[in-house]
Amino acid sequence: MRRYWSVVLYPLGLLPAVWLVLQGQNGDLGADPVNVFERSLGLWAFRFLLICLALAPIQRLIGFNLLRFRRLTGLLAFFYAVLHLAAYVVLDLQFDVRIFWRDLTHRPFIILGMVALAFLLPLALTSNRFSMKRLKRSWKRLHRFVYGAAVLAGIHFFLSFKTLNGTSALYLSLLALVLLARAPMIWSGFRRKGARQP
Amino acid sequence: ADALKTHPGPYSGGLAPTPEEFVTGYNNFYEFGMEKDDPVSHSGDFHPLPWTLEISGMVKKPQRLDVGALLKSSDIEERIYRMRCVEAWSMVIPWDGIPLAKLLQAAEPESGAKYVAFESVVRPSEMPGQSSAFSGISWPYVEGLRLDEAMNPLTLLAVGIYGESLPNQNGAPIRLVVPWKYGFKGIKSIQRIRLLDRQPPTTWNRLAPSEYGFYANVNPQVDHPRWSQASERVIGSKTLFGTKRQPTLMFNGYGEQVADLYRGMNLHDNF
Repeated sequence: MRRYWSVVLYPLGLLPAVWLVLQGQNGDLGADPVNVFERSLGLWAFRFLLICLALAPIQRLIGFNLLRFRRLTGLLAFFYAVLHLAAYVVLDLQFDVRIFWRDLTHRPFIILGMVALAFLLPLALTSNRFSMKRLKRSWKRLHRFVYGAAVLAGIHFFLSFKTLNGTSALYLSLLALVLLARAPMIWSGFRRKGARQP
Repeated sequence: ADALKTHPGPYSGGLAPTPEEFVTGYNNFYEFGMEKDDPVSHSGDFHPLPWTLEISGMVKKPQRLDVGALLKSSDIEERIYRMRCVEAWSMVIPWDGIPLAKLLQAAEPESGAKYVAFESVVRPSEMPGQSSAFSGISWPYVEGLRLDEAMNPLTLLAVGIYGESLPNQNGAPIRLVVPWKYGFKGIKSIQRIRLLDRQPPTTWNRLAPSEYGFYANVNPQVDHPRWSQASERVIGSKTLFGTKRQPTLMFNGYGEQVADLYRGMNLHDNF
C-alpha cells in the first residue's frame, strides 16, 4: 500500500520546486526572482516540517492512519531545505565564499538556519527501514532532533523579515499549535527516557 | 502619471536605467503594505494632489510649496542615480526633481539649524498599511539628514520618474532621493520639512536601532547584522538564472561628491 502512495506523492511534493523554476525562467517571479525563489523554497521546507509534525496529532483527531506519511513529508522538508541552501549559495551569493564564510561565522540568522538543516541531515539519512532496525530504540531518540530543527527553523523564518508581519505570525502560530498538540507525546517521551536512568 | 517638462541635470551620465516595470512594481512603501507588490496594487485610492509641502522650523522664511504648480514648472531636472536598498539589491532610476538645497536656500535656514527633519503623510483611509496591526511602525514615517547632507547638490526632491509624475507607489507627489544612502532614507509623500538644531528621530532607527542607523550611508564594509552589504543583487534580469550580483560601491559610487561630509568620522559606529 505504502509503495503506491509514494509513487504519486513524492513527485507531487516536488511540484512546487519545478513550478518555481519554470516561473523563474519565465519571468513570473517579479523584479527580484532569486529572492522570491530562495524564500519560497525555505517556506516549503518549513511547511513540510509542520505537516510532518502535525500528522500524529491529526491522526488522533480523525482516526485515519497518517503516520505512514511522516517519512515522505520529513524527506521533502529536508529536500527543500537543501534546495533553499543551494539557492542561497549558488543563485544569491553566486559562490562568493568570502560572504558565505562571514555569514556562517557572524550571523545568528544564518547560523540558526544552518543548524536546523544540520539537525535534519541525520534524520534524512536514517529515514529507512535498515536504519530503524539497526538503531532500535536510539532511532526514536535521534528523531527527536526534529523538534530542534522546527524551533530553529521557526526563529530563522521570523528573522528573515524586517518586521513582524502576517506571514511570519501565521506560520509561527502554526508551529506553536503543532508543538502544543504534541506536548503530551513530547512529555511522555522524555519521562520514559528519564525512567531508564539508574 | 503626467508628462513633465524636464531637462537633463548633472550626474546623469553613464548609467543604464532599470526597466520601468521593475521600478514601479517592486517597492518598499509600508504605508501600502509590507510585500513588494503591495504598493502598486494597494495605492489606487491615494490622492496625491492637491499637495502642499511645508518648510518650517529654524528658517527665516517658512515656505508653503504648491507641489501641483511645481509639477508644471520647467525647473525640473533629470538625474539618473543608482539606488541601493538596505536589503542588498539595487536599481538605476531616472528621477525628475529639484535639488533640495534650492528649496532650503529659499527658506533661509537660521545659523543654529543643523538638521533637517522630514515627515510623511498619515491617511489610513487611503493607505491600508497604516491601519495594519503588523509592522510596528508608528506613523507618520519620519526621516532626517544633517543640514550639510541636505544641502549637497546630489540630494534631490523628486516629483517624477522616467519623465512623468511619480506613481503613487513611488512616493507621489514628492519624495526625497539621497543616492549615497540606503533607500529607506528616501522618505516618500513628504508633507513637512523642518529645520532643527538637534538630530531628529528616524523611523527605521526607532524600530531596530542596532540594524538601521541615522546615517545609513551605503558602505560595503559595514554589514547588516543579518546579511552582508559587500555586494548586491541587480534588479532587472528577466530570469531566475540570469540574475547578476555586483560589488557594492562605497557611498554607492558617490564618494567623490560626499566623502568630505564624513571626514574623520568612524563610519562603523555611525552606520
